[in-house]
Amino acid sequence: MKGSTRTISRITAPVKSAAQRFAYMALILGAVGVLVIGRVDAVHMDQLRAQITDAATPILNVLSQPVDALNQAAGKVRELYAVHEENQQLRIERDRLLQWQAAARKLEAENRTLRGLLNFTAGAQTNFIAARVVADTGGAFAHSLILNAGDLAGVRKGQAAVTGDGLIGRVSGVGRRSSRLLLITDLNSRIPVVIESTRTRAVLAGTNSGWPRLIHLPTGAIIAKGDRVVTSGHGGAFPSGLPIGVVSAATDGIFDVQPYVNRDRLEYVRILDYGLQGIIRSGPDRNRRKPAN
Amino acid sequence: MKPSVWHRMDFLRRQLTPFMLTIVLVFVGLVPFHISDLARVMPLFSLIAVFHWGVYRAELLPMYAVFLIGFFQDALSGVPMGVYTLVYVLVYGLVSFQHRFFSGKSFYVVWLGYAVVSAGASFLVWLLVSLLHGAVVDPLAVAFQYLLGLGCYPLIAHLFLRWQRAVLQQV
Repeated sequence: MKGSTRTISRITAPVKSAAQRFAYMALILGAVGVLVIGRVDAVHMDQLRAQITDAATPILNVLSQPVDALNQAAGKVRELYAVHEENQQLRIERDRLLQWQAAARKLEAENRTLRGLLNFTAGAQTNFIAARVVADTGGAFAHSLILNAGDLAGVRKGQAAVTGDGLIGRVSGVGRRSSRLLLITDLNSRIPVVIESTRTRAVLAGTNSGWPRLIHLPTGAIIAKGDRVVTSGHGGAFPSGLPIGVVSAATDGIFDVQPYVNRDRLEYVRILDYGLQGIIRSGPDRNRRKPAN
Repeated sequence: MKPSVWHRMDFLRRQLTPFMLTIVLVFVGLVPFHISDLARVMPLFSLIAVFHWGVYRAELLPMYAVFLIGFFQDALSGVPMGVYTLVYVLVYGLVSFQHRFFSGKSFYVVWLGYAVVSAGASFLVWLLVSLLHGAVVDPLAVAFQYLLGLGCYPLIAHLFLRWQRAVLQQV
Protein backbone atom coordinates (compact mmCIF):
# COMPACT_ATOMS: atom_id res chain seq x y z
CA MET A 1 0.00 0.00 0.00
CA LYS A 2 2.75 2.34 1.06
CA GLY A 3 4.82 1.31 -1.94
CA SER A 4 2.05 2.03 -4.41
CA THR A 5 1.48 5.50 -2.87
CA ARG A 6 5.14 6.21 -3.32
CA THR A 7 4.99 5.06 -6.96
CA ILE A 8 2.00 7.30 -7.58
CA SER A 9 3.70 10.24 -5.93
CA ARG A 10 6.82 9.55 -7.99
CA ILE A 11 4.72 9.93 -11.12
CA THR A 12 2.54 12.81 -9.90
CA ALA A 13 5.30 14.89 -8.27
CA PRO A 14 6.91 16.13 -11.50
CA VAL A 15 3.46 16.76 -13.00
CA LYS A 16 2.46 18.72 -9.89
CA SER A 17 5.67 20.68 -9.95
CA ALA A 18 5.22 21.48 -13.63
CA ALA A 19 1.63 22.54 -12.99
CA GLN A 20 2.83 24.78 -10.18
CA ARG A 21 5.43 26.39 -12.39
CA PHE A 22 2.83 26.89 -15.07
CA ALA A 23 0.44 28.49 -12.56
CA TYR A 24 3.27 30.71 -11.32
CA MET A 25 4.09 31.90 -14.83
CA ALA A 26 0.39 32.61 -15.36
CA LEU A 27 0.37 34.80 -12.23
CA ILE A 28 3.46 36.71 -13.39
CA LEU A 29 1.77 37.30 -16.74
CA GLY A 30 -1.38 38.33 -14.87
CA ALA A 31 0.58 40.93 -12.87
CA VAL A 32 2.18 42.29 -16.05
CA GLY A 33 -1.32 42.32 -17.55
CA VAL A 34 -2.56 44.46 -14.64
CA LEU A 35 0.33 46.89 -15.24
CA VAL A 36 -0.53 47.13 -18.95
CA ILE A 37 -4.29 47.48 -18.37
CA GLY A 38 -3.54 50.20 -15.80
CA ARG A 39 -1.75 52.14 -18.54
CA VAL A 40 -4.19 51.47 -21.36
CA ASP A 41 -7.52 51.73 -19.53
CA ALA A 42 -6.77 54.04 -16.62
CA VAL A 43 -10.44 55.00 -16.13
CA HIS A 44 -11.64 51.48 -15.35
CA MET A 45 -8.58 50.71 -13.23
CA ASP A 46 -9.19 53.90 -11.21
CA GLN A 47 -12.81 52.83 -10.70
CA LEU A 48 -11.67 49.44 -9.44
CA ARG A 49 -9.17 51.15 -7.13
CA ALA A 50 -11.90 53.43 -5.80
CA GLN A 51 -14.15 50.42 -5.12
CA ILE A 52 -11.41 48.58 -3.22
CA THR A 53 -10.62 51.76 -1.25
CA ASP A 54 -14.33 52.14 -0.49
CA ALA A 55 -14.47 48.62 0.90
CA ALA A 56 -11.34 49.16 3.04
CA THR A 57 -12.30 52.60 4.35
CA PRO A 58 -14.52 51.42 7.27
CA ILE A 59 -11.62 49.33 8.59
CA LEU A 60 -9.14 52.20 8.11
CA ASN A 61 -11.63 54.50 9.82
CA VAL A 62 -11.66 52.30 12.92
CA LEU A 63 -7.89 51.70 12.90
CA SER A 64 -7.00 55.38 12.62
CA GLN A 65 -9.22 56.47 15.50
CA PRO A 66 -7.14 55.26 18.47
CA VAL A 67 -4.00 56.73 16.86
CA ASP A 68 -5.78 60.06 16.43
CA ALA A 69 -7.03 59.95 20.03
CA LEU A 70 -3.51 59.27 21.33
CA ASN A 71 -2.15 62.06 19.21
CA GLN A 72 -4.76 64.47 20.53
CA ALA A 73 -4.06 63.46 24.12
CA ALA A 74 -0.34 64.04 23.63
CA GLY A 75 -1.12 67.40 22.05
CA LYS A 76 -3.24 68.40 25.06
CA VAL A 77 -0.43 67.59 27.49
CA ARG A 78 2.00 69.62 25.38
CA GLU A 79 -0.47 72.54 25.32
CA LEU A 80 -0.84 72.43 29.08
CA TYR A 81 2.87 73.02 29.52
CA ALA A 82 2.94 75.91 27.10
CA VAL A 83 -0.33 77.57 28.11
CA HIS A 84 1.15 80.59 29.87
CA GLU A 85 3.63 81.42 27.14
CA GLU A 86 0.99 80.89 24.46
CA ASN A 87 -1.42 83.19 26.25
CA GLN A 88 1.14 86.02 26.21
CA GLN A 89 1.82 85.43 22.55
CA LEU A 90 -1.89 85.39 21.70
CA ARG A 91 -2.44 88.73 23.48
CA ILE A 92 0.27 90.36 21.37
CA GLU A 93 -1.15 88.76 18.25
CA ARG A 94 -4.69 89.87 19.10
CA ASP A 95 -3.56 93.49 19.41
CA ARG A 96 -1.92 93.28 16.03
CA LEU A 97 -4.96 91.57 14.47
CA LEU A 98 -7.28 94.28 15.80
CA GLN A 99 -5.31 96.80 13.79
CA TRP A 100 -5.59 94.52 10.74
CA GLN A 101 -9.33 94.18 11.33
CA ALA A 102 -9.74 97.95 11.20
CA ALA A 103 -7.74 98.05 7.97
CA ALA A 104 -9.76 95.17 6.50
CA ARG A 105 -13.08 96.83 7.35
CA LYS A 106 -11.96 99.99 5.62
CA LEU A 107 -10.82 98.04 2.56
CA GLU A 108 -14.03 95.99 2.49
CA ALA A 109 -16.15 99.12 2.42
CA GLU A 110 -13.96 100.59 -0.31
CA ASN A 111 -14.09 97.31 -2.23
CA ARG A 112 -17.89 97.22 -2.05
CA THR A 113 -18.14 100.74 -3.39
CA LEU A 114 -15.73 100.03 -6.22
CA ARG A 115 -17.53 96.80 -7.14
CA GLY A 116 -20.75 98.75 -7.27
CA LEU A 117 -19.13 101.23 -9.59
CA LEU A 118 -17.77 98.52 -11.90
CA ASN A 119 -20.87 96.32 -11.87
CA PHE A 120 -18.60 93.44 -10.79
CA THR A 121 -19.90 89.85 -10.84
CA ALA A 122 -18.80 87.89 -7.80
CA GLY A 123 -17.40 84.34 -8.18
CA ALA A 124 -19.41 81.25 -7.42
CA GLN A 125 -20.17 80.54 -3.81
CA THR A 126 -17.93 78.14 -1.94
CA ASN A 127 -19.14 75.04 -0.20
CA PHE A 128 -16.99 73.04 2.17
CA ILE A 129 -16.96 69.33 2.72
CA ALA A 130 -15.17 68.24 5.87
CA ALA A 131 -13.46 64.87 5.72
CA ARG A 132 -11.36 62.79 8.05
CA VAL A 133 -7.98 61.42 6.99
CA VAL A 134 -8.26 57.66 7.49
CA ALA A 135 -5.06 56.58 5.76
CA ASP A 136 -1.74 58.02 4.75
CA THR A 137 -0.76 55.75 1.93
CA GLY A 138 2.83 56.45 2.77
CA GLY A 139 6.06 55.12 1.48
CA ALA A 140 8.53 56.63 -0.90
CA PHE A 141 6.48 55.93 -4.02
CA ALA A 142 3.17 57.71 -3.61
CA HIS A 143 2.08 60.69 -1.57
CA SER A 144 -1.65 60.44 -1.10
CA LEU A 145 -4.26 60.30 1.64
CA ILE A 146 -7.53 58.40 1.87
CA LEU A 147 -10.49 60.45 3.13
CA ASN A 148 -13.75 59.13 4.54
CA ALA A 149 -15.98 61.28 2.32
CA GLY A 150 -16.86 60.42 -1.25
CA ASP A 151 -19.42 60.81 -3.97
CA LEU A 152 -22.33 60.70 -1.51
CA ALA A 153 -20.93 63.70 0.40
CA GLY A 154 -20.48 65.67 -2.82
CA VAL A 155 -16.75 65.14 -3.37
CA ARG A 156 -15.75 65.34 -7.03
CA LYS A 157 -12.53 64.59 -8.84
CA GLY A 158 -10.30 67.65 -9.18
CA GLN A 159 -11.51 69.56 -6.14
CA ALA A 160 -8.93 71.27 -3.94
CA ALA A 161 -8.38 70.25 -0.33
CA VAL A 162 -7.18 72.71 2.29
CA THR A 163 -6.62 73.16 5.99
CA GLY A 164 -6.48 76.44 7.87
CA ASP A 165 -2.84 76.72 6.78
CA GLY A 166 -3.25 76.29 3.05
CA LEU A 167 -3.57 73.91 0.14
CA ILE A 168 -2.83 70.21 0.69
CA GLY A 169 -3.67 68.70 -2.67
CA ARG A 170 -6.46 67.75 -4.98
CA VAL A 171 -8.95 64.90 -5.15
CA SER A 172 -7.64 62.33 -7.63
CA GLY A 173 -10.17 59.55 -7.17
CA VAL A 174 -13.67 59.29 -5.73
CA GLY A 175 -15.55 56.28 -4.42
CA ARG A 176 -19.01 56.31 -2.85
CA ARG A 177 -17.83 56.83 0.72
CA SER A 178 -14.13 57.50 0.26
CA SER A 179 -11.82 59.56 -1.85
CA ARG A 180 -8.14 59.76 -2.60
CA LEU A 181 -6.27 62.99 -2.12
CA LEU A 182 -3.13 63.50 -4.21
CA LEU A 183 -0.77 65.63 -2.11
CA ILE A 184 1.08 68.56 -3.66
CA THR A 185 4.31 66.71 -2.92
CA ASP A 186 3.39 63.68 -5.07
CA LEU A 187 5.37 63.10 -8.24
CA ASN A 188 2.19 63.42 -10.32
CA SER A 189 1.00 66.69 -8.81
CA ARG A 190 1.12 69.76 -11.07
CA ILE A 191 -0.49 72.97 -9.82
CA PRO A 192 -0.58 76.33 -11.58
CA VAL A 193 0.76 78.92 -9.14
CA VAL A 194 1.92 82.51 -8.95
CA ILE A 195 4.54 84.14 -6.76
CA GLU A 196 2.34 86.42 -4.70
CA SER A 197 4.51 89.54 -4.68
CA THR A 198 5.73 89.54 -8.29
CA ARG A 199 2.77 87.73 -9.93
CA THR A 200 5.28 85.48 -11.74
CA ARG A 201 3.49 82.44 -13.08
CA ALA A 202 4.86 78.94 -12.62
CA VAL A 203 3.82 75.35 -12.14
CA LEU A 204 4.41 73.66 -8.81
CA ALA A 205 5.54 70.09 -9.42
CA GLY A 206 5.70 67.44 -6.72
CA THR A 207 8.94 65.49 -6.40
CA ASN A 208 7.96 62.81 -3.85
CA SER A 209 10.17 64.64 -1.38
CA GLY A 210 8.82 67.06 1.21
CA TRP A 211 9.54 70.04 -1.04
CA PRO A 212 7.75 70.49 -4.35
CA ARG A 213 9.60 72.45 -7.04
CA LEU A 214 8.68 75.42 -9.25
CA ILE A 215 8.93 74.58 -12.96
CA HIS A 216 8.03 76.26 -16.27
CA LEU A 217 9.19 79.64 -15.00
CA PRO A 218 9.36 82.49 -17.50
CA THR A 219 12.92 83.39 -18.48
CA GLY A 220 14.44 86.02 -16.25
CA ALA A 221 11.99 85.43 -13.43
CA ILE A 222 13.22 86.89 -10.17
CA ILE A 223 12.36 84.72 -7.22
CA ALA A 224 13.83 85.05 -3.76
CA LYS A 225 13.88 82.82 -0.73
CA GLY A 226 10.85 83.54 1.44
CA ASP A 227 8.49 84.53 -1.40
CA ARG A 228 4.91 83.34 -0.86
CA VAL A 229 3.49 80.91 -3.42
CA VAL A 230 -0.29 80.82 -4.02
CA THR A 231 -2.57 79.11 -6.54
CA SER A 232 -3.07 81.08 -9.73
CA GLY A 233 -6.43 79.64 -10.71
CA HIS A 234 -5.27 79.01 -14.29
CA GLY A 235 -6.85 76.01 -15.93
CA GLY A 236 -10.00 76.66 -13.98
CA ALA A 237 -9.77 73.64 -11.72
CA PHE A 238 -8.55 75.54 -8.67
CA PRO A 239 -9.65 78.80 -7.14
CA SER A 240 -6.97 81.47 -7.17
CA GLY A 241 -5.14 82.79 -4.14
CA LEU A 242 -5.03 79.66 -1.98
CA PRO A 243 -1.80 79.81 0.01
CA ILE A 244 0.60 76.93 -0.67
CA GLY A 245 3.95 77.75 0.90
CA VAL A 246 7.11 79.80 0.74
CA VAL A 247 10.18 79.45 -1.47
CA SER A 248 12.64 77.68 0.81
CA ALA A 249 15.62 77.26 -1.49
CA ALA A 250 16.60 79.28 -4.53
CA THR A 251 19.83 78.06 -6.08
CA ASP A 252 20.95 77.75 -9.70
CA GLY A 253 17.48 78.27 -11.07
CA ILE A 254 15.99 75.51 -8.91
CA PHE A 255 13.32 76.73 -6.55
CA ASP A 256 12.00 74.46 -3.81
CA VAL A 257 8.86 75.33 -1.88
CA GLN A 258 8.21 74.60 1.77
CA PRO A 259 4.45 73.92 2.05
CA TYR A 260 2.52 75.60 4.86
CA VAL A 261 0.64 72.43 5.65
CA ASN A 262 2.36 69.86 7.80
CA ARG A 263 1.27 66.50 6.42
CA ASP A 264 2.14 64.65 9.61
CA ARG A 265 -0.46 66.48 11.67
CA LEU A 266 -3.42 66.13 9.31
CA GLU A 267 -6.52 64.68 10.89
CA TYR A 268 -9.28 66.59 9.12
CA VAL A 269 -9.27 68.41 5.81
CA ARG A 270 -11.74 70.66 4.00
CA ILE A 271 -12.60 69.99 0.41
CA LEU A 272 -13.53 73.14 -1.48
CA ASP A 273 -16.45 73.06 -3.83
CA TYR A 274 -16.29 76.34 -5.72
CA GLY A 275 -18.66 75.10 -8.36
CA LEU A 276 -15.79 75.45 -10.83
CA GLN A 277 -16.11 73.05 -13.72
CA GLY A 278 -12.84 74.00 -15.37
CA ILE A 279 -10.98 71.30 -17.24
CA ILE A 280 -12.39 68.59 -15.02
CA ARG A 281 -16.04 67.90 -15.62
CA SER A 282 -18.28 66.81 -12.81
CA GLY A 283 -21.79 65.45 -12.74
CA PRO A 284 -23.42 62.08 -13.13
CA ASP A 285 -21.90 61.41 -16.55
CA ARG A 286 -18.30 62.01 -15.50
CA ASN A 287 -17.50 58.32 -15.29
CA ARG A 288 -18.42 57.79 -18.88
CA ARG A 289 -16.20 60.48 -20.26
CA LYS A 290 -13.03 59.57 -22.07
CA PRO A 291 -9.79 60.27 -20.21
CA ALA A 292 -8.37 63.70 -20.91
CA ASN A 293 -5.29 63.42 -23.07
CA MET B 1 -12.97 8.84 13.13
CA LYS B 2 -14.11 11.66 10.90
CA PRO B 3 -13.09 15.14 12.03
CA SER B 4 -16.01 17.16 13.32
CA VAL B 5 -17.25 20.29 11.57
CA TRP B 6 -15.75 22.47 14.30
CA HIS B 7 -12.42 20.79 13.95
CA ARG B 8 -12.43 21.38 10.22
CA MET B 9 -13.44 25.01 10.65
CA ASP B 10 -10.65 25.48 13.13
CA PHE B 11 -8.26 23.90 10.66
CA LEU B 12 -9.44 26.27 7.91
CA ARG B 13 -9.14 29.26 10.21
CA ARG B 14 -5.57 28.34 11.05
CA GLN B 15 -4.76 27.85 7.40
CA LEU B 16 -6.09 31.27 6.58
CA THR B 17 -4.07 33.08 9.23
CA PRO B 18 -0.95 33.82 7.15
CA PHE B 19 -3.14 35.52 4.54
CA MET B 20 -5.18 37.42 7.10
CA LEU B 21 -2.09 38.53 9.06
CA THR B 22 -0.52 39.84 5.86
CA ILE B 23 -3.69 41.80 5.03
CA VAL B 24 -3.61 43.24 8.57
CA LEU B 25 -0.05 44.41 7.90
CA VAL B 26 -1.20 46.14 4.69
CA PHE B 27 -3.67 48.10 6.84
CA VAL B 28 -1.09 48.84 9.55
CA GLY B 29 1.17 50.38 6.91
CA LEU B 30 -1.61 52.83 6.00
CA VAL B 31 -2.59 54.15 9.43
CA PRO B 32 -1.60 57.81 9.77
CA PHE B 33 0.70 57.71 12.79
CA HIS B 34 1.30 61.49 12.87
CA ILE B 35 5.00 60.95 13.42
CA SER B 36 7.17 63.52 11.73
CA ASP B 37 8.29 62.40 8.25
CA LEU B 38 7.45 58.75 8.95
CA ALA B 39 4.79 58.67 6.25
CA ARG B 40 7.38 59.43 3.57
CA VAL B 41 9.48 56.38 4.44
CA MET B 42 6.84 54.00 5.83
CA PRO B 43 8.21 50.49 5.29
CA LEU B 44 6.36 47.84 3.33
CA PHE B 45 5.22 45.58 6.16
CA SER B 46 3.34 43.26 3.82
CA LEU B 47 6.56 42.51 1.90
CA ILE B 48 8.07 41.24 5.15
CA ALA B 49 5.05 38.97 5.61
CA VAL B 50 5.17 37.65 2.05
CA PHE B 51 8.87 36.87 2.45
CA HIS B 52 8.40 35.25 5.85
CA TRP B 53 5.55 32.94 4.86
CA GLY B 54 7.29 32.15 1.58
CA VAL B 55 10.33 30.95 3.52
CA TYR B 56 8.65 29.12 6.42
CA ARG B 57 5.15 28.03 5.44
CA ALA B 58 4.73 28.55 1.71
CA GLU B 59 1.98 25.90 1.68
CA LEU B 60 -0.17 28.11 3.93
CA LEU B 61 0.16 31.16 1.70
CA PRO B 62 -0.50 30.02 -1.86
CA MET B 63 0.80 32.12 -4.73
CA TYR B 64 -2.61 33.36 -5.82
CA ALA B 65 -3.06 34.73 -2.28
CA VAL B 66 0.22 36.64 -2.73
CA PHE B 67 -1.13 38.01 -6.00
CA LEU B 68 -4.27 39.23 -4.19
CA ILE B 69 -2.20 40.81 -1.40
CA GLY B 70 -0.07 42.67 -3.94
CA PHE B 71 -3.16 43.83 -5.80
CA PHE B 72 -4.72 45.06 -2.56
CA GLN B 73 -1.52 46.89 -1.62
CA ASP B 74 -1.45 48.48 -5.09
CA ALA B 75 -5.05 49.64 -4.87
CA LEU B 76 -4.71 51.21 -1.45
CA SER B 77 -1.24 52.71 -1.66
CA GLY B 78 -1.78 54.68 -4.84
CA VAL B 79 1.16 53.40 -6.88
CA PRO B 80 0.39 52.39 -10.48
CA MET B 81 -1.74 49.23 -10.36
CA GLY B 82 0.26 46.04 -10.80
CA VAL B 83 3.61 47.22 -9.40
CA TYR B 84 3.40 45.54 -6.00
CA THR B 85 1.42 42.64 -7.50
CA LEU B 86 4.32 41.82 -9.82
CA VAL B 87 7.05 42.44 -7.24
CA TYR B 88 5.33 40.37 -4.52
CA VAL B 89 4.73 37.43 -6.84
CA LEU B 90 8.39 37.58 -7.92
CA VAL B 91 9.66 37.75 -4.33
CA TYR B 92 7.39 34.88 -3.30
CA GLY B 93 8.49 32.77 -6.26
CA LEU B 94 12.14 33.41 -5.49
CA VAL B 95 11.94 32.44 -1.83
CA SER B 96 9.47 29.57 -2.07
CA PHE B 97 11.25 27.89 -4.99
CA GLN B 98 14.60 28.41 -3.22
CA HIS B 99 12.96 27.19 -0.05
CA ARG B 100 15.63 24.50 0.46
CA PHE B 101 18.31 27.17 0.77
CA PHE B 102 16.61 28.72 3.80
CA SER B 103 15.44 25.55 5.55
CA GLY B 104 17.19 24.91 8.84
CA LYS B 105 19.27 28.09 8.57
CA SER B 106 19.64 30.41 11.54
CA PHE B 107 17.47 33.50 11.92
CA TYR B 108 20.37 35.78 10.94
CA VAL B 109 20.86 34.01 7.64
CA VAL B 110 17.15 34.44 6.84
CA TRP B 111 17.39 38.09 7.84
CA LEU B 112 20.36 38.49 5.50
CA GLY B 113 18.27 36.79 2.84
CA TYR B 114 15.55 39.36 3.44
CA ALA B 115 18.13 42.17 3.18
CA VAL B 116 19.15 40.96 -0.29
CA VAL B 117 15.65 40.11 -1.55
CA SER B 118 14.03 43.33 -0.29
CA ALA B 119 16.89 45.39 -1.79
CA GLY B 120 16.08 43.82 -5.14
CA ALA B 121 12.35 44.36 -4.58
CA SER B 122 12.84 48.03 -3.60
CA PHE B 123 14.98 48.60 -6.68
CA LEU B 124 12.37 46.96 -8.92
CA VAL B 125 9.51 49.03 -7.45
CA TRP B 126 11.64 52.16 -7.81
CA LEU B 127 12.41 51.30 -11.44
CA LEU B 128 8.79 50.46 -12.33
CA VAL B 129 7.27 53.52 -10.63
CA SER B 130 9.92 55.83 -12.13
CA LEU B 131 9.33 54.37 -15.61
CA LEU B 132 5.54 54.50 -15.36
CA HIS B 133 5.53 58.08 -14.04
CA GLY B 134 8.28 59.22 -16.39
CA ALA B 135 10.17 60.85 -13.52
CA VAL B 136 12.79 59.63 -11.09
CA VAL B 137 11.51 58.83 -7.58
CA ASP B 138 13.74 60.24 -4.83
CA PRO B 139 16.23 57.38 -4.26
CA LEU B 140 17.11 58.62 -0.78
CA ALA B 141 13.55 58.13 0.49
CA VAL B 142 13.53 54.64 -1.06
CA ALA B 143 16.81 53.83 0.71
CA PHE B 144 15.42 55.01 4.06
CA GLN B 145 12.25 53.01 3.51
CA TYR B 146 14.37 49.94 2.75
CA LEU B 147 16.50 50.37 5.89
CA LEU B 148 13.44 50.93 8.06
CA GLY B 149 11.89 47.74 6.65
CA LEU B 150 15.10 45.88 7.40
CA GLY B 151 14.95 47.15 11.00
CA CYS B 152 11.30 46.12 11.37
CA TYR B 153 11.92 42.62 9.99
CA PRO B 154 13.09 40.93 13.23
CA LEU B 155 10.10 42.28 15.15
CA ILE B 156 7.49 41.07 12.66
CA ALA B 157 9.29 37.80 11.98
CA HIS B 158 9.55 37.16 15.71
CA LEU B 159 5.81 37.72 16.20
CA PHE B 160 5.06 35.42 13.25
CA LEU B 161 7.38 32.71 14.57
CA ARG B 162 5.65 32.82 17.95
CA TRP B 163 2.30 32.59 16.18
CA GLN B 164 3.55 29.60 14.22
CA ARG B 165 4.58 27.83 17.40
CA ALA B 166 1.35 28.64 19.23
CA VAL B 167 -1.28 28.18 16.53
CA LEU B 168 0.07 26.64 13.36
CA GLN B 169 1.98 23.69 14.73
CA GLN B 170 -0.78 21.18 14.08
CA VAL B 171 -1.58 22.44 10.59
